[in-house]
Amino acid sequence: MSPKEIFDNLKQVFSAEGGSASGGGEAILDGKFEGVLDPYVKISPTKFKEIALYLRDDISLRFDFLMCLSGVDYTKGLLGAVYHLFSMEKHHKITIKVEVPVDKPEIPSMVDVWSSANWHEREAYDLFGINFIGHPDLRRILLPDDWDGYPLRKDFKVPEFYQGMKVPY
Amino acid sequence: MGLLDKQFNNSNIIITSLDSLLNWARLSSLWQMQFGLACCAIEMMAAAASHYDFDRFGVIPRATPRQSDVMIVAGTVTLKMATRIKRLYDQMSEPRYVISMGSCSNCGGPYWEHGYHVLKGVDRVIPVDVYVPGCPPRPEALMEGLIKLQEKIRSESMIKKSA
Repeated sequence: MSPKEIFDNLKQVFSAEGGSASGGGEAILDGKFEGVLDPYVKISPTKFKEIALYLRDDISLRFDFLMCLSGVDYTKGLLGAVYHLFSMEKHHKITIKVEVPVDKPEIPSMVDVWSSANWHEREAYDLFGINFIGHPDLRRILLPDDWDGYPLRKDFKVPEFYQGMKVPY
Repeated sequence: MGLLDKQFNNSNIIITSLDSLLNWARLSSLWQMQFGLACCAIEMMAAAASHYDFDRFGVIPRATPRQSDVMIVAGTVTLKMATRIKRLYDQMSEPRYVISMGSCSNCGGPYWEHGYHVLKGVDRVIPVDVYVPGCPPRPEALMEGLIKLQEKIRSESMIKKSA
């Protein structure tokens, strides 16, 4: 399936007017297919779990492989996560984008949908401070456990000292 | 030693100072605490392998601080690793030496400005005897650093009380 067809399929199933998921606002927010390297679908974090299960299990989609999960700081109070999905069976791909406000950065965890999300989500939590709700073991993965702050956020300030060691040059 | 042997009629006598003997023994068997942290470690391994053969200087890589004389810090020292380096250095028995290999462990290297997680020089946590510049230094450069360290050891004294 082409990215546009995937988008139309999702739109049809998860649109607010009809389909299985009604109420609680629009689930499929946006999509872009022309002029981008990775065509994407932007979805709302509230319906993410259902959409993810649909993407994985639907007979015509079969997205069985989460290739990459990235955190993004869009600034202006927005954080995000980007999911690159691939179907081994159908050989098609799609990118899913989710945006959350920086003062309540909560996205449902995808660990029980794609287990490769486990360490990726820990990394995004470590560096961006995105809370993945339902993650089985949400700890820092790269930085030391006693680290303060989330370094890849644009407003991160490098600490003067860490455990008595001077950090800036 | 052939010359000396002949001078003393092959009677197994050589004359030297105790300091030179001890220092000769120490600098000829510098067992290294291997601390490969990044790409410098590849060059360090190349220096230890057959082509450059660090073994001819008596340098044998050890995986434990308790059996080693010199720690070769080869690579980017992150803040998380710096606490471990400090602890392992403290576990080495004296006299102990440190070679800082490569720009990262010398001064932070390419991470000097934006590396929030990188220690800007391993000499901020442990004392360094020899700095080997390069990114990464070739095995010859590390060898030069080792010879510099040997010169330093040769000039030390185990007998005289230090101040």
